[in-house]
Amino acid sequence: MDTLYRPMTDPQQYSSPTDLSATRTRAADRPAGKVIVRNLEFFYGRFQALHDISLEIPANRVTAFIGPSGCGKSTLLRTFNRIYELYPDQTARGEVWLDGENILERRYNLNRLRAKIGMVFQKPTPFPMSIYDNIAFGVSLYEKLPRRRMDERVEWALDKAGLWGEVKDKLRQEGTRLSGGQQQRLCIARAVAVKPEVLLLDEPASALDPISTAMIEELIDELKADYTIAIVTHNMQQAARVSDFTAFLYLGKLIEFDTSENIFTKPRETATEEYITGRYG
Amino acid sequence: MTLYQRRRLTNLFALSLSVAATGLALSFLLWILWTLIVNGLPYLELHTFTANTPPPGARGGLANAIVGSLILTAGGVLIGAPLGILAGTYLSEFGRNSRLAALVRFVNDVLLSAPSIVIGVFVYEILVRRAGHFSAYAGSVALALIVIPIVVRTSEDMLRLVSDTMREAAAALGAPQWKVTTHIVYRAARPGILTGILLAIARVSGETAPLLFTALNNQFWSTRLDQPIANLPVVIFQFAMSPYDDWQHLAWAGALIITFSILILNIVARSFLRARVPRY
Repeated sequence: MDTLYRPMTDPQQYSSPTDLSATRTRAADRPAGKVIVRNLEFFYGRFQALHDISLEIPANRVTAFIGPSGCGKSTLLRTFNRIYELYPDQTARGEVWLDGENILERRYNLNRLRAKIGMVFQKPTPFPMSIYDNIAFGVSLYEKLPRRRMDERVEWALDKAGLWGEVKDKLRQEGTRLSGGQQQRLCIARAVAVKPEVLLLDEPASALDPISTAMIEELIDELKADYTIAIVTHNMQQAARVSDFTAFLYLGKLIEFDTSENIFTKPRETATEEYITGRYG
Repeated sequence: MTLYQRRRLTNLFALSLSVAATGLALSFLLWILWTLIVNGLPYLELHTFTANTPPPGARGGLANAIVGSLILTAGGVLIGAPLGILAGTYLSEFGRNSRLAALVRFVNDVLLSAPSIVIGVFVYEILVRRAGHFSAYAGSVALALIVIPIVVRTSEDMLRLVSDTMREAAAALGAPQWKVTTHIVYRAARPGILTGILLAIARVSGETAPLLFTALNNQFWSTRLDQPIANLPVVIFQFAMSPYDDWQHLAWAGALIITFSILILNIVARSFLRARVPRY
């Protein structure tokens, strides 16, 4: 298993575009890469935040991105759904492949991309509307469902996020009146309701209490059966607990990418070892 | 004297000064209200609200002026508020850092501080003189020109208070920007935007100078928009300057009505903002 992923940390392997087809023909003997990042560079204005990142995020696994503040892990996540495009001074160069298409190409439809790749943010962001409408808003962007089917979808999504039991009697209540942990699970339900294939979680538990955090982590474990999950976290215990693969970033570079077991027990790079043992960060 | 004692004394001194300043400012407000009540309340009767403005010496009321003021203000808000909200939306959501937005903001600030008499003369020139007569709609346009910069400013401020993470969350679901704006951001900022409109109403309901040049006044009951129309500020202006006692009494009553309407509107606006703006 680990030998399959180790070469990927070597950017040289992907120096020419033809390598991609090569990796895809060999896909049969490894978990398929759902999101394939190749030679990705990212800029805030003139400041380069990511340097030549190449990695594969395997399907139906949890991949964690760790590293000290400002290392670019959130930035990397934000290229996967092109949310950075909200800010005109932010640009990405390189390739991010999803199901055989480069999503960074201008002509790749943003709505389609965001239907396939959902995102949950650090701060819970319930919309200023009822719990029901919070879920229905995203769904109605893509599907015109009759009332009954929408009801079912809302229940399904809330159930997936482990929230249905707590809110089933107050679906008309404002989403903002839920507790922080409930709000975050509402955001997860909202993302799941659209039926994406990939979930991006940007420090989803860092603003939550330990019990809510535990619930979110359990949820992640359940969700990976159906979704490919990429999670950014400051918390290394969390990364070790929930993820199958871990990428360590430092100063905008991908230092090491491997199974979480290898990263946390026998990292190859001294920088990784120093970080996970708390030498800096 | 120890350092601690000196600090306490300095604190006491600064505190007394600021309390005194607050008291002074408040006392003028209370004085104004008191004067209005003393002079206006005795003439505030039922027929003040039912009878039209009288000729000197006759019994009358302010009904036509009150209704005229409501029409003029409603017209001004109906024209000014949508334009103001749209411009505020552009500044906050679409043009935020563009050069055009900076220019619009600057021009808006100029308009915000433009003397209202200048606005009156301007509307007189472009509408009244061309039409050949004063009219209610000219008055509403003049008031709209005062409403617009206020609503632009408050709308932009209130929309900006909505956190970017909210916009990101909506965009991450795949919502196009117009939908993010209308379905999410407007909803989050709605109490604030409404408050801005209420404050704009409060501001224009006492404006006299722009109406002198546009709506003028009307002795009779009129709700026609293409005719001069009675309104409280101009009636107060005219009656208070008159030598007739009963006209002066009506001017006091009118001043009382305007002042308390504005006071109530302000209180409503503020409580509305406090109660309804959650932290997003």
